[in-house]
Amino acid sequence: MTPQPFRLPDGGRISRGAPLAFRFDGVAYQGYRGDTLASALLAAGVHQTSTSVRLGRPRGIFTAGVEEPNAIVQIEAPFPEPMLPATTVELYDGLVAGGLPGQGRLATEPDPARYDARYAHCDVLVVGAGPAGLAAAAAAARTGARVILADDQPEPGGSLLGTAEIPDWAAETGSELDAASEARVLRRTMVFGYYDDNYLLAAERRTNHLGSQAPSRLSRERIWHIRARQVVLATGAHERSVAFAGNDRPGVMLAAAARTYVNRYAVAPGRRAVVFTTGDSAYCAALDLAAAGVDVAAVVDARPEPGGAAERAARAGIEVLAGHAVTGTSGEPRVASVAVRALCAAELTGPAREFAADLLLVSGGWNPVAHLFSQAGGQLRYDAGLGAFVPDGCRQAVRVAGAARGVFDLPGCLADGAEAGRRAAEDAGFTAARPLPPTSAAGSAERSAPSAHLWVVPGPDGFGTHFVDLQRDVTVADLARATGAGLRSVEHLKRYTTAGTAHDQGKTSGVLTSGVIAQLLGVEVAELGTTTFRPPYTPVSFAALAGRNRGVLHDPVRVTALHDWHLAHGARFENVGQWHRPWYYPRDGEDMAAAVARECRAAREGVAFMDASTLGKIDVQGPDAGDFLDRLYTNMISTLRVGMIRYGVMCRADGMVFDDGTVIRLAEDRFLLTTTTGNAAAVLDWMEEWLQTEWPDLRAHCTSVTEQWATVALVGPRSREVLAGLAPQLAVDACSFPFMAWRETAVAGIPARVCRISFSGELAYEINVLPWYATALWEALYEAGRPLGITPYGTETMHVLRAEKGYPIVGQDTDGTVTPQDLGMGWVVSKKKRDFIGKRSHLRADTGRADRKQLVALLPQDDVLLPEGAQLVAGDRLADPPVPMLGHITSSYRSVALGRTFALALVRSGRERVGERLYVPVGEELIPVTVTGPVLYDPEGARRDG
Amino acid sequence: MSPRTPGAQLPEHPDWLWRTPDPRRSYDVVIVGGGGHGLATAHYLARNHGITDVAVLERGWLAGGNMARNTTIIRSNYLWDESAGIYEHALRLWEGLEEELDYPLLFSQRGVLNLAHSLQDVRDSVRRVEANRLNAVDAQWLDPRQVKEVCPIVNISPDARYPVMGATYQPRAGIAKHDHVAWGLARSADAAGIDLIQNCEVTGIDVTGGRVTGVRTSLGPIAAGKVALCAAGHSSVLAAMAGFELPLQSHPLQALVSELLEPVHPTVVMSNAVHVYVSQAHKGELVMGAGVDAYTAYTQRGAFHVIERQMAAALELFPVFARAHVLRTWGGIVDVTPDASPITGLAPVDQLYLNCGWGTGGFKATPGVGWVYAHTIAHDDPHPLARPFCLDRFTTGALVDEHGAAAVAH
Repeated sequence: MTPQPFRLPDGGRISRGAPLAFRFDGVAYQGYRGDTLASALLAAGVHQTSTSVRLGRPRGIFTAGVEEPNAIVQIEAPFPEPMLPATTVELYDGLVAGGLPGQGRLATEPDPARYDARYAHCDVLVVGAGPAGLAAAAAAARTGARVILADDQPEPGGSLLGTAEIPDWAAETGSELDAASEARVLRRTMVFGYYDDNYLLAAERRTNHLGSQAPSRLSRERIWHIRARQVVLATGAHERSVAFAGNDRPGVMLAAAARTYVNRYAVAPGRRAVVFTTGDSAYCAALDLAAAGVDVAAVVDARPEPGGAAERAARAGIEVLAGHAVTGTSGEPRVASVAVRALCAAELTGPAREFAADLLLVSGGWNPVAHLFSQAGGQLRYDAGLGAFVPDGCRQAVRVAGAARGVFDLPGCLADGAEAGRRAAEDAGFTAARPLPPTSAAGSAERSAPSAHLWVVPGPDGFGTHFVDLQRDVTVADLARATGAGLRSVEHLKRYTTAGTAHDQGKTSGVLTSGVIAQLLGVEVAELGTTTFRPPYTPVSFAALAGRNRGVLHDPVRVTALHDWHLAHGARFENVGQWHRPWYYPRDGEDMAAAVARECRAAREGVAFMDASTLGKIDVQGPDAGDFLDRLYTNMISTLRVGMIRYGVMCRADGMVFDDGTVIRLAEDRFLLTTTTGNAAAVLDWMEEWLQTEWPDLRAHCTSVTEQWATVALVGPRSREVLAGLAPQLAVDACSFPFMAWRETAVAGIPARVCRISFSGELAYEINVLPWYATALWEALYEAGRPLGITPYGTETMHVLRAEKGYPIVGQDTDGTVTPQDLGMGWVVSKKKRDFIGKRSHLRADTGRADRKQLVALLPQDDVLLPEGAQLVAGDRLADPPVPMLGHITSSYRSVALGRTFALALVRSGRERVGERLYVPVGEELIPVTVTGPVLYDPEGARRDG
Repeated sequence: MSPRTPGAQLPEHPDWLWRTPDPRRSYDVVIVGGGGHGLATAHYLARNHGITDVAVLERGWLAGGNMARNTTIIRSNYLWDESAGIYEHALRLWEGLEEELDYPLLFSQRGVLNLAHSLQDVRDSVRRVEANRLNAVDAQWLDPRQVKEVCPIVNISPDARYPVMGATYQPRAGIAKHDHVAWGLARSADAAGIDLIQNCEVTGIDVTGGRVTGVRTSLGPIAAGKVALCAAGHSSVLAAMAGFELPLQSHPLQALVSELLEPVHPTVVMSNAVHVYVSQAHKGELVMGAGVDAYTAYTQRGAFHVIERQMAAALELFPVFARAHVLRTWGGIVDVTPDASPITGLAPVDQLYLNCGWGTGGFKATPGVGWVYAHTIAHDDPHPLARPFCLDRFTTGALVDEHGAAAVAH
């Protein structure tokens, strides 16, 4: 086990009693609970974690948070996960990881973890539990408002966790919120998305930090969907760097990050440090490091007159070089020395000084974290005083507090947060009932000097190692090349150089990039604007987003009330929409063809039955129901008598067939429609769309009753015998119960609605019962039909039977380009009705062409079973492409009844071609086929009445 | 320590791209819209027709709309002859475009799989493959085992909720790097003397006696002999300025990328039934898209549940993606016509031209559109490949309906 030479003897928010073993790049190390992988590596003296993606330069830990551009690691164990910033990986025992130069690696094994989602509503959502966020949440909670406080760290405090002394009230406020019945504190929860209507998304890391100790019953990550009446964004700020030569070397670190390592993790990130700053905040880092025993060689301050903080540093014995800049670093791979020169009006002057140092802290200013605000649609404004983009107006109910809007001092943040929380609660309808929490922190009387805005330190030799985006290896020289290529838009410059496109999405580099570009183009940063922030704020795993919607839960499986019977009787199933439908029922080693042949024979020669429950059923009621259906269907529905049934076709506005089915009239003002199985929801949507948007005056109402009825089709010349035996009260003769009529009666003692309709051409009945009677009905039919050899059949047999009769299936024999007339069903299109959906389109020139594709049947030569989808051509030799195509095969079967194979096809001028020979390219062959009319079986319709 | 990652970097852009000129007062041709199609049209106006007194007016930054937002899939395996004609023409141009533009486009013919998940998907797929072959578009029908050979990480388990029953495969299909394509075209147009004018919004179209005479812009009026609209969904807004309507609906369409990953996905996989399409781009990021957001809007942002569903679908097909991360999501706007095919050709106003309604097909069509549209503009007569895509078809009913039969978006 490697010792921890850089671990400070005391302090920090780590559990020294809980040592954790881990491996990085093959070496064993030890850290403590409370460490991140980054802090544990620094404790071991490891700065460099990888080499850079483009230039292969050594790179080290640069920050202490989600904004990390360098220290991206691959988790190897307990389970591979690509590309996590080491600064965000909470250390756990047994962690195995390695540095990544650019590409992560996915596991090859399935991820055993679970993921899930929660939905929450609140009055006030506070994002960020730093000083401003805590103050906001406390202020809002004390009004009685329902508050959610979400923060990505394990404990509240935010930036305060990186300071030497965390005020007690941070923990106290966290506890108070935990105890409040209407408040919820989400820890380890990153709010990553801000959508319309104050809909925010957060990812909670529930067990990641436990490594292999994670209980498998708990979800590993959870997506929170939060709808908030008011939002307070207290998302803090990211420190940024300055572009100078060699600013990418391991050992170069943002100043506040170094301060965090010292205070929060009790790690000295180096032995001897130089601090390069453009503002006051880095002095805190210098003093904290010095107090922790790090030798601070100098503070190099770009400002000629640094103010009170510099005086304090000088009093502590730290040399302050005002009006100076770091001009370069050297050392391999880690910083060994730092070069400094005086800076006057952006020019370097005077002699260079070299400081031996293994750590260079940089602070080029602070960028408010405005990502979520921008995602929300908020505008950003460049604040020249701050040298950063700040929030500037948003249509959503959102406030920004603290550093996220450029308030950087602690008392200011506390006051700002409390005010934002109070006002958010007030706008949500809650007023302060109890005094606000103490928000006073000692204000500093120190004279602070404004920050300088220094983007680039000149030279010494060009700008080839002045990095702006460390992860994409983008330098000032690259940006200069891009502007030199003529580019002016920051979007183009970003794309040209790839700046800001890496894993960190430019969190530390974005504003620096803009600053450098502005300088190169000689414009103001404000003129350039910024690129758009997009969700997610930090990367979110695919699995977390997928949640539980995987496997059988990916999409609901719908089954009928008879499903168990089908399973028990060996049915093979077909997916039709969300339904699992019996496809065929093979017996004793039968293949599909044999099973289908047997099922077809039973239906044509004896009796067979199928579960037709999946057909869509829509109940339409109201005084105008008939009028409404007249407008929907191409044929007349309103003249249908109660007790009777009519087949109908619906078209889209373009005149093309959309759906078909039967309509039965239950009463003067009530109809029951059936739709195709896959289209049921679309038909109901369609009906509602017309009712709600075009014809709101019609008094008609639609309800889906698909699952309220089980439907059994009883088919075959002997079906009447079976029904008669089970329905003694029903007069079943063809006169009393004619085709396209329906009757209510008891079938096997079960109340049933029996319809005389047929999708096979045979005598047939559809028996509808409430679904809890389905099995009883089915078994009664099976029992009663057994002496007649009753046979269950599936969708394949249904398809064969209907195809033999030339009945098209919408969606198989039609494709959205077929009119009823194309199907040879001109009879279903009313000439009398004033209007119906699609009527006008039927009058269009192209829709009336004689050479449209029409539904016909094909008889292939030599009993070939043609592939469905195959094309039709004219000659017996293929011309050079493009070969003119005359149509395609929509359905193709082997028919027992016909004793041969046949197909249905849509063929150009098909009806005129009856008798013609055409060819079907199959592989290298051309199969000859003869065109016939579409009705091949019982064209006289003699079998309909049994 | 690993060495630097091969493939994790892109070829450099050239040292010079284009000028930033001020608009002149008059041009022979004004193209409204500096996206991929506008730039390709400018390129081919100069290259094929010698027409260089041209301005491309762009409201924002060049190629910053759908050109910057699409998932860069290129294929030509469309069902109908009309569609296969123009997309295959485009694909053949793609195959020579790097050379033509002297620009590294990262055009990678890694093939596209369109998965079938139901018996009807299979029928539709076979139909499309057969039609493609007769149209000399390379196409194959693959069974699940062959699918797995092309893309080993696809889950072909029969126990999946919607098992993979096969796929159509177009080997010549692939991807390219969108910015490189746009910039190569822009550089070529600029070098020919065409003015690419950014931050220039068209606010009016001047029509005199049924003939267009110019445009009004945020940078002042510009006279034009011909005006060619190339503004995707905003073509509706421009058409209204010229006094006519277009049958376009615009929807948000979201896409996303993962972090950079070692190569796992060698091709492009699209699945309509489970609603996702995926490729792994040159740097190693997974690039994914899904279906459109249902509502109409010009906002370049969508709703989150669409992303969640897309991820669920992705994991159904590619279980190994579980711990990949979404790095960035974004939205584009797809403008769709009633038959899901584009409008490209003449407008009801003389010397005004239309090119819009490309839906999710715009990127792959880019060079084909440029070629054909430039011809239409130069000759004031639709290119033969454009003829079926006239605006008139919504009156005559001669639709090219790629909704139902092709059943494949994007």
